[in-house]
Amino acid sequence: MTDFILGHYAYWAIIFLLILGLYGMIFKNNLVKKLIGMTILQVAIIMFYVASAVKWSATVPVLDPLAGAADAAKYISPLQHCLMLTAIVVGVATSGVAFSLAIAIYRRYKTLNESILLERMKSS
Amino acid sequence: MIQNSPALVPLLLLATAIAIPVLAIKKTGVAYLVAVAAAIGSVAISAYNMFRVWKGGPLTYHFGGWMPPIGIEYVLDSLSAFVALVVNVVAFIVLCHAGGLKGSDISGKSVPYYSLVLLFLCGANGIVMTGDLFNLYVFLEIFSLAGYGLIGIGEKQAPVASFRYLIMGTVGASFYLLGIGFLYIVTGSLNMADVRDILPHIHGNPAVAAALSLIVIGVGIKMAIFPLQGWLPDAYTYAPSTSSALVAPIGTKIAAYVLIRIMFFVFGVKFVSQSLPITDLIAWLSAIGIIYGSVMAIAQNEMKRMLAYSSIAQIGYIGLGIGLANPLGYIGAVLHILNHAFMKGALFLVAANIRKNSGHSDISKLDASYRKKLPWSMAAFTLAALSMIGLPPTAGFFSKWYLALGAIDKGNWVFLAVILISSLLNAVYFFRILEKVYLVPPPAQKAGEDLPAETKNREGSLIGEEKYSLMIPAVVLSFSLLLLGLLNANIVKGIIQRIIPLGM
Repeated sequence: MTDFILGHYAYWAIIFLLILGLYGMIFKNNLVKKLIGMTILQVAIIMFYVASAVKWSATVPVLDPLAGAADAAKYISPLQHCLMLTAIVVGVATSGVAFSLAIAIYRRYKTLNESILLERMKSS
Repeated sequence: MIQNSPALVPLLLLATAIAIPVLAIKKTGVAYLVAVAAAIGSVAISAYNMFRVWKGGPLTYHFGGWMPPIGIEYVLDSLSAFVALVVNVVAFIVLCHAGGLKGSDISGKSVPYYSLVLLFLCGANGIVMTGDLFNLYVFLEIFSLAGYGLIGIGEKQAPVASFRYLIMGTVGASFYLLGIGFLYIVTGSLNMADVRDILPHIHGNPAVAAALSLIVIGVGIKMAIFPLQGWLPDAYTYAPSTSSALVAPIGTKIAAYVLIRIMFFVFGVKFVSQSLPITDLIAWLSAIGIIYGSVMAIAQNEMKRMLAYSSIAQIGYIGLGIGLANPLGYIGAVLHILNHAFMKGALFLVAANIRKNSGHSDISKLDASYRKKLPWSMAAFTLAALSMIGLPPTAGFFSKWYLALGAIDKGNWVFLAVILISSLLNAVYFFRILEKVYLVPPPAQKAGEDLPAETKNREGSLIGEEKYSLMIPAVVLSFSLLLLGLLNANIVKGIIQRIIPLGM
């Protein structure tokens, strides 16, 4: 049991971040705080992929004269990192769109607070 | 060039989407022409792809010459070539209609708008054609981000609706990404065909079940399956007319396609229906969604919002067909992807014509004068409405027929009752409009002020000639429903039945 908890400490941290992100997106009233939650959620997933690529006593996936090319076990898997580069770009693009929408909302309703926003949407 | 035809559609759309802002530097009108040209090109290429698949079986394309499972692969089988063709044809017709609107509700933003439209289509085509799970995520995000932009450009409330859609959609995409992370960790591959071959050896692994649940929830949000549909009504209502007509027929159908592809062709029918009975869950939720969407549609007073709720119900049909997990249900679901794309496209185009003509689309304000002002649009609306209700020989009848047969085959009478009841509910909310348009006299005539009202209308630019550019696309879409209805046996036999998932 202790091994299970301690051996997966990275994953526990990631689960915590996931829940934190979802909490922010669902329960926070301010739109920017929702976006902060969204970013935390995305970062948690990026960490999840990167954590799955971890390998002890192995090196970065660049050809190392000492390790040689014959034994793939001496290198960590590069694929997850490459995938996450793409995911980071996607996350940045999502944040960009989200912030521009938040700006458009603020210009039209002069607030970023969701409950005030809903009142103003009803009254207009 | 010819061998590369699977990759050409997304590349063409991506290249033109990037080129539009450059080409339209001097004259903004160029943007629209380039967009239509790109849409024509993608229809032509995807029709050619469909023909090649129909003639010679599945096509594959390996990006950069890297063989799968290492490289990214495009796979065109009769399902993906078919859905791609449907998407491109509907998008082309909606774009033709957009020319008639002259960007009246996107206020001078036509250059970025058409660029976004092409990005949206590029994402849709990429999702349909790709054979790689991570590549699908990237296209899903291209598709969704363009969709948020298309919706957010609309009315005053549109950015709020779009923001909500973005929050929900990002949760969906993140869950999908997490799901394929689990799959990658246990299989070591991202190629769909490769994962399909590896999965039977590790079915007992709880990570596979976790991956399936996460992917279904993630895609379910994008597809607006019943409890996850919260973003949809506002987004469709406040979006500009062209965006609603694009996003409503294409957006949720693409997610439905992803669900079919991943559940049946990657995880396998046996796993999703027996080891982990997720199809039953989807079927029951969809059945609730059908009733919920139809009842809510009756309660709406705004045409676009009503159509949005009816979309939730129609997505329920597709979900129900997927959830039945038998060949008839599968045929019904795929056929309904086609039919609903055409029906919803036609209905949203007519709603756009009404808005363009009178500045609103409130159902309570409709009366017989609309039939005189927009005779062809209203005819198109009637035909599409009859198809939504499911009267033969319109296309909508046949997909419901297959779904009903699937429910009988499964021996589930509740689903059969849901299909029948929802047809009645559809009739209620569509006949409400048809009654007003064809039977309720306009208020001016009631008061006996026939002449002044007439002259006023003659002077106003609104009445009289219905603009051809606005009317023809709607009419084409809805009359093709008759054609699709008559040809349904050929479509089912020639295309859909060719690729029934194994083990159904």
